[in-house]
Amino acid sequence: MKTILGKKVGMTQVFTENGESVPVTVIEAGPCVVVQKKISEQDGYHAVQLGFGEKRENLFNKPQKGHYAKAGVKPKRYLREVRVEDAAGYEVGQEINVDIFAIGERVDVVGTSKGRGFTGGIQRHGFHRGPMTHGSKYHRRPGSLGPKGPARVFKGRKLPGHAGAERVTVQNLEVIRVEAGQNLLAIRGAVPGPRGGLLTIKRSVKSR
Amino acid sequence: MDLIRVLEESQYKSTIPEFRPGDTVKVHVKVVEGTRERIQLFEGVVIRRRGGGLSETFTVRRVSYGVGVERTFLLHTPRIEKIEVVKRGRVRRARLYYLRQLRGKAARIAERR
Repeated sequence: MKTILGKKVGMTQVFTENGESVPVTVIEAGPCVVVQKKISEQDGYHAVQLGFGEKRENLFNKPQKGHYAKAGVKPKRYLREVRVEDAAGYEVGQEINVDIFAIGERVDVVGTSKGRGFTGGIQRHGFHRGPMTHGSKYHRRPGSLGPKGPARVFKGRKLPGHAGAERVTVQNLEVIRVEAGQNLLAIRGAVPGPRGGLLTIKRSVKSR
Repeated sequence: MDLIRVLEESQYKSTIPEFRPGDTVKVHVKVVEGTRERIQLFEGVVIRRRGGGLSETFTVRRVSYGVGVERTFLLHTPRIEKIEVVKRGRVRRARLYYLRQLRGKAARIAERR
């Protein structure tokens, strides 16, 4: 398993040795702790539950505290399950750090995109807009909803509505820097979500 | 924000001289020709400095063979070997775009002491 949880810190740029400037997203990744193992015989599948981030002790309720106490680890802000081939290779309480990634490796980053609220078709689906001048009063509306034939609108018609705040994966991003001491990861390009948002960084499906 | 600093810290150059728009500078640029690397000089008037931090850039304008040439450099790029300030100019603006309209004597800038 090559997966770690992290927090988006922000973007900057770094220079390569030959002087090129590369846009990067800085991610504070890990350290993550294995809180629970799920084993096929017992749970029907193999997975590892990872915990990440700090939170004040008094914000946890009793069942949550119990869950962490069972694993013998400090309560964590986030818990995420990661599927693995065989969970037997992992120990509860085991730490996972950024050094599982190396410079030049390709990763996929999963996050929750910024919420946009109720938006029109142009922002949400990339519709074109109508002319703003020449007597046109048809500016940002969605256009025709389909043929007159069925006398109804087909399901799945792209229309205005809520956009953003959904799970987004960006694939095949290059790892530019790994700062093991500070738990920092610099990844080429942009990554979904606001600063401070939770991210899952894993080995790229395309590099398999 | 300080976590970003951690990554940027090592990239800042400490040897950049103080210069502002209106100054005439010599920029020593590293150029790669095939496998060989050499230094090329670009001398002209700084007409703008923009941005901050690691991504700060500056633009140098010169007139060569009657054609105006403007080059924008990243201030902290390792491709710049050295920046030399040749002359300090007295100007009343931060962006000297008006120089593009002027040529010859009119495009001179008074020296600052």
